[in-house]
Amino acid sequence: MEYKPIRKVVSGNYAAAYAVKHARVQVVAAYPITPQTSIIEKIAEFIANGEVENLQYVPVESEHSAMAATIGASATGARAFTATSAQGLALMHEMLHWASGARLPIVMVDVNRAMAPPWSVWDDQTDSLAQRDTGWMQFYAENNQEVYDGVLMAFKIAETVNVPAMVVESAFILSHTYDVVEMIPQELVDEFLPLRKPLYDLADFEREPFSVGALATPADYYEFRYKLAKAHEEAKEVIRKVGQEFGERFGRDYSQMIETYRTEDADFVFMGMGSLMGTVKQAVDLLREEGYKVGAAKVRWFRPFPKEELYELARNVDGIAVLDRNYSFGMEGILFTEAKGALYNTDAKPLMKNYIVGLGGRDFTVNDVRKIAENMKAIIEKGELDVEVEWYHLKR
Amino acid sequence: MEIPEQIKKKLTLPAEEHFYAGHTACQGCGASLGLRYVLKAYGRKTIFAIPACCSTIIAGAWPYNTLGANLFHTAFETTGAVLGGIEAALKARGIKVKGEDGVMVVGWAGDGGTADIGLQALSGFLERGHDAVYIMYDNEAYMNTGIQRSGSTPYGAWTTNTPGGKRHFLEKRHKKKVIDIVIAHQIPYAATASVAYPEDFIRKLKTAQKTPGPSFIQLFAPCPTGWRSPTDKSIEIARLAVQTAYFPLFEYKDGKYRINMPNPKKEPKPIEEFLKYQGRFKYMTKEDIQILQEWVNREWERLKKLAEVFG
Ligand SMILES: Cc1ncc(C[n+]2csc(CCOP(=O)(O)OP(=O)(O)O)c2C)c(N)n1
Ligand code: SF4
Repeated sequence: MEYKPIRKVVSGNYAAAYAVKHARVQVVAAYPITPQTSIIEKIAEFIANGEVENLQYVPVESEHSAMAATIGASATGARAFTATSAQGLALMHEMLHWASGARLPIVMVDVNRAMAPPWSVWDDQTDSLAQRDTGWMQFYAENNQEVYDGVLMAFKIAETVNVPAMVVESAFILSHTYDVVEMIPQELVDEFLPLRKPLYDLADFEREPFSVGALATPADYYEFRYKLAKAHEEAKEVIRKVGQEFGERFGRDYSQMIETYRTEDADFVFMGMGSLMGTVKQAVDLLREEGYKVGAAKVRWFRPFPKEELYELARNVDGIAVLDRNYSFGMEGILFTEAKGALYNTDAKPLMKNYIVGLGGRDFTVNDVRKIAENMKAIIEKGELDVEVEWYHLKR
Repeated sequence: MEIPEQIKKKLTLPAEEHFYAGHTACQGCGASLGLRYVLKAYGRKTIFAIPACCSTIIAGAWPYNTLGANLFHTAFETTGAVLGGIEAALKARGIKVKGEDGVMVVGWAGDGGTADIGLQALSGFLERGHDAVYIMYDNEAYMNTGIQRSGSTPYGAWTTNTPGGKRHFLEKRHKKKVIDIVIAHQIPYAATASVAYPEDFIRKLKTAQKTPGPSFIQLFAPCPTGWRSPTDKSIEIARLAVQTAYFPLFEYKDGKYRINMPNPKKEPKPIEEFLKYQGRFKYMTKEDIQILQEWVNREWERLKKLAEVFG
């Protein structure tokens, strides 16, 4: 069948819901939280309208239970999905470890929202990044199209390596903003994403009785962790291959774990994740016209972390401005720490500066990128940093 | 093992064993007996969800599984939610759940995992109407972490965080009536059971199997380690709990209460009978015993009233 995309104007959240539908997810267990709610509302609507078959919807009483129910479903062989945001994700934390430890290829959408207090419903990456060490893969979407594509790819990748995956989109900027999304006809999604073949299935009564998640003594626990670590390493290749296949079939290539934009001859680049990179790309075009030799590096997959691609990028530029819409208290922006750490034992030593931007939904504009560019240019010319971490928007 | 015909005829319980030797429960553990009976009732086509509790250990460390059924070990507070997910997956995959030939989805959780930290997930599970059975095995404290009080610990009991001593600091609250909380959800079937009355327990498990929707069974399961009782007295203690009406056996089905006491005509024995073999109650004063007795009387009268009015 020839690929003819179906164009729909949808919000990021609806894009996620359509991807869930097209992926033929079998169980959705979820709990509402702004700004995630419209994802699960849309899915409920699909069921109510008879637009999906064999989709069980479990309206649980909390996010902790949402993840627990999703885990139960996935362990029983079903393709399972949930979605949440901020406080909900934090409440799930314990169960995120359970999902990865039990090697369940669950896919979840997290709508990036700032953690309270003070209450904020707006964009901020600290909620998802605080889940860094739970063993989940993390994909950051720049726009609604990437939310849709991300969910479909995440299922395929997760089910190949038996590791759960989080697709992250930003509050309101994507979740509630409408844009054209090219959707894939169902038959082609089915080809790309065939029925799940579970690693194990609690409903399998032909084999010897078995248990999952039992106590492991010090003689065995270590190897379980190693296997999960290996799976993340293997996932990198799978991600690149699936991303390439996606590009070949549907015209949007995701084979790079770090998407580079006009970086070939760049003196310095802006690096970041998620929706703010759309703004950055636009700024790069303008700055190029103004004579700045700049590029953008969008980290698509934060876990597993694409060290190799970062190295390739870093050894060819003089500076990297890391834009973090998040913060690790007592340290610095989280992507900044990761990127610096990944390069430490290499010969790539660009000047790296951390800009904390847009926390709690504070606007981040093309003009802001320009100011950062001016600052970066100055410090590169001088050959030394003014400060390592700058709270860019601070009202003084 | 093949069971000789003449013995089989005398058996009042299913002969099949699906609870394997080599489990790691303490001697005289009521919970392990409970698991054995559940497996006798439901057999191989069972999916267990077991949260953090003594049964995590009883079922065996990786790679072993002493239960002859598939088992998912889950987090302490999630039993109800995991059951919901398992059931949803079976339904989405078109696999028959419950009934004679369906898959039995069974939650098996301690009193702590049910009455305390797991209460929210239990409530959600009951209220959403999943086709699964939730069994709370009640050993009246957190045993896995070394005998701390739970909401189901009775008045006057010693535990490691309600120790007895000069200041006489023991558990000061009466046992939480989890079964009443469950019934308030208006589910089709709820019951109490005891390891001292396995036929009654298995009958209740079978009723739960036949009844669509969520079922709940609260199983009295002595713990010699935590109760400071002789390991050969577990069944006797469990029987005395029923005979003293400390833990009466009853069923709630479709809005109706039915008491299932072994000797319905007999007046309950005094509570001292239940307390006598258990070191955990040794700090109780005469007044404490009186307070517990009054609670037992009151609750027993209340149950009889319920059975009378809604029988
Ligand atoms: C979130 C969380 N908190 C605490 C624990 C520690 N913990 C494990 S088992 C347990 C007590 C279990 O008691 P109960 O449910 O009564 O079962 P029992 O051990 O008596 O069989 C506790 C507190 C845990 N596993 N998870
Ligand atoms: S501590 Fe009690 S409940 Fe736990 S295994 Fe031992 S006897 Fe059974």
